[in-house]
Amino acid sequence: MDSATETPFVDFQNVWLAYNEELWAEGKFAVEDINLQVKRGEFIAIVGPSGCGKSTFMKLTTGLKAPSRGSIKVDGQPVTGPLKISGMAFQSSSLLPWRSTLDNVLLPLEIVEPYRATFKQKRAEYVERARQLLATVGLAGYEDKYPWELSGGMQQRASICRALIHQPKMLLLDEPFGALDAFTREELWCTLRDLHAAQGFNVILVTHDLRESVFLADTVYVMSKSPGRFVVKRDIELPRPRDLELTYTPAFTDIVHELRGHIGAMRKAGAVINQ
Amino acid sequence: MKSKNIERWSPWLLLLLIIVLWQTLTSAFQVSEFIFPSPARILDQAIEYHAVIAGHAWRTFWVTMVGFGLAILVGVLLGFLIGSSRVAYAAVYPLMTAFNALPKAAFVPILVVWFGIGVGPAILTAFLISFFPITVNIATGLATLEPELEDVLRVLGARRWDVLMKVGLPRSLPYFFGSLKVAITLAFVGTTVSEMTAANEGIGYLLISAGSAMQMGLAFAGLLTVGVMAMLMYELFSLIEKHTTGWAHRGSQGH
Repeated sequence: MDSATETPFVDFQNVWLAYNEELWAEGKFAVEDINLQVKRGEFIAIVGPSGCGKSTFMKLTTGLKAPSRGSIKVDGQPVTGPLKISGMAFQSSSLLPWRSTLDNVLLPLEIVEPYRATFKQKRAEYVERARQLLATVGLAGYEDKYPWELSGGMQQRASICRALIHQPKMLLLDEPFGALDAFTREELWCTLRDLHAAQGFNVILVTHDLRESVFLADTVYVMSKSPGRFVVKRDIELPRPRDLELTYTPAFTDIVHELRGHIGAMRKAGAVINQ
Repeated sequence: MKSKNIERWSPWLLLLLIIVLWQTLTSAFQVSEFIFPSPARILDQAIEYHAVIAGHAWRTFWVTMVGFGLAILVGVLLGFLIGSSRVAYAAVYPLMTAFNALPKAAFVPILVVWFGIGVGPAILTAFLISFFPITVNIATGLATLEPELEDVLRVLGARRWDVLMKVGLPRSLPYFFGSLKVAITLAFVGTTVSEMTAANEGIGYLLISAGSAMQMGLAFAGLLTVGVMAMLMYELFSLIEKHTTGWAHRGSQGH
């Protein structure tokens, strides 16, 4: 891996965003001076207090918002509009209650090209793909159930399948496990870990949970509160594949403590720690 | 099990109680049949005039259904328009609200001038009174979209039309069927009110003519007929609603 010479998969250069002209004039930015280089296939996590612009960051990365200043490139291309190579999942699974789990997972293929044009002819093939994907997250046999017949954890699994069905190069997750109980959450960590290992897409995970970020990510970024800035970058050198047992080792808890320290200092002082 | 049975029969028990009380009071105080007829007298007259009532009832029924059909058509189209565009929503909604506040009975004389005595004013009154709830419900169903879901779809390059057809329309269906139940009962009100002054047929006309002939039993029988028709149609749409949008009644995602 000659990562030094490889062009980054996600490349943020001095990105600033104000939500409208007025805020721009007042110098109030949602995120400030974001510089970020993510390698292909890298799993990054962004942690920080609520309202720190993590969701804004997601919108910038997917092209749903254009930066006020600076440039964003994904996969070598400048981001100019919605980025179809990305899949998104959120804290609420937002599955459609009138569609079966299978049909929910198929929804993106009805919308995104090139699948859209061939959806009717190749439906059988796509259904098979969706079934396989559901099986890999442990939802085999639940394809024809409706979302309201599934538990919260299962709904979230289905939601992640929906984000992955069009084989995106980048998966964006905004506190996807935030509403789940601790045991279910750890199960889903492993599911996500295995999907990432098998398929090699990039992941950007926004979370409050430091243990989650350390367990899953290659790199953890800590964001400060309004304006949102990346204040700490922490490489997680724990070897992969990682097992849940790892979360009880001193090496792991030390990193979690360290990150907790950064966030604690920020909450206390509101001060910016330099990178 | 027992309490469920009580729940099911409770409306009938209440109805029976009211009838018994009504009969007892009118008999006990010997209320004149010309002022306030007893249930027995109403039943008596209903049987005696059943052919006449049935004729008027049929007229009221089909006139209402035509007006209601128009209301569905216009209500859905208008609801779709204002629910799918922010500008249209902002522009149309205040005017619609103002229009809805107008008493629809006040339109009847105007409609008579335009369409003459007969089915025209009745159909249009039924339409005017019942399209509003349909429009509002369709528009609300279309306009409410979770921001997260919007992001999920927009990032895939979904067009506004895609979002409307895949999410908005199915989501608005329970609202739509819910509104039909309300609208059908309103449509009966519209028809009856209009027939009272602008028709020579229909339950509304029957009410007026029976009243002026002091046949209070017949007038009450007419009222009863409209009530029963509206009730039956309400139950029908309620049934359709349950069968078509079951997912909305089983508690999903805490919505």
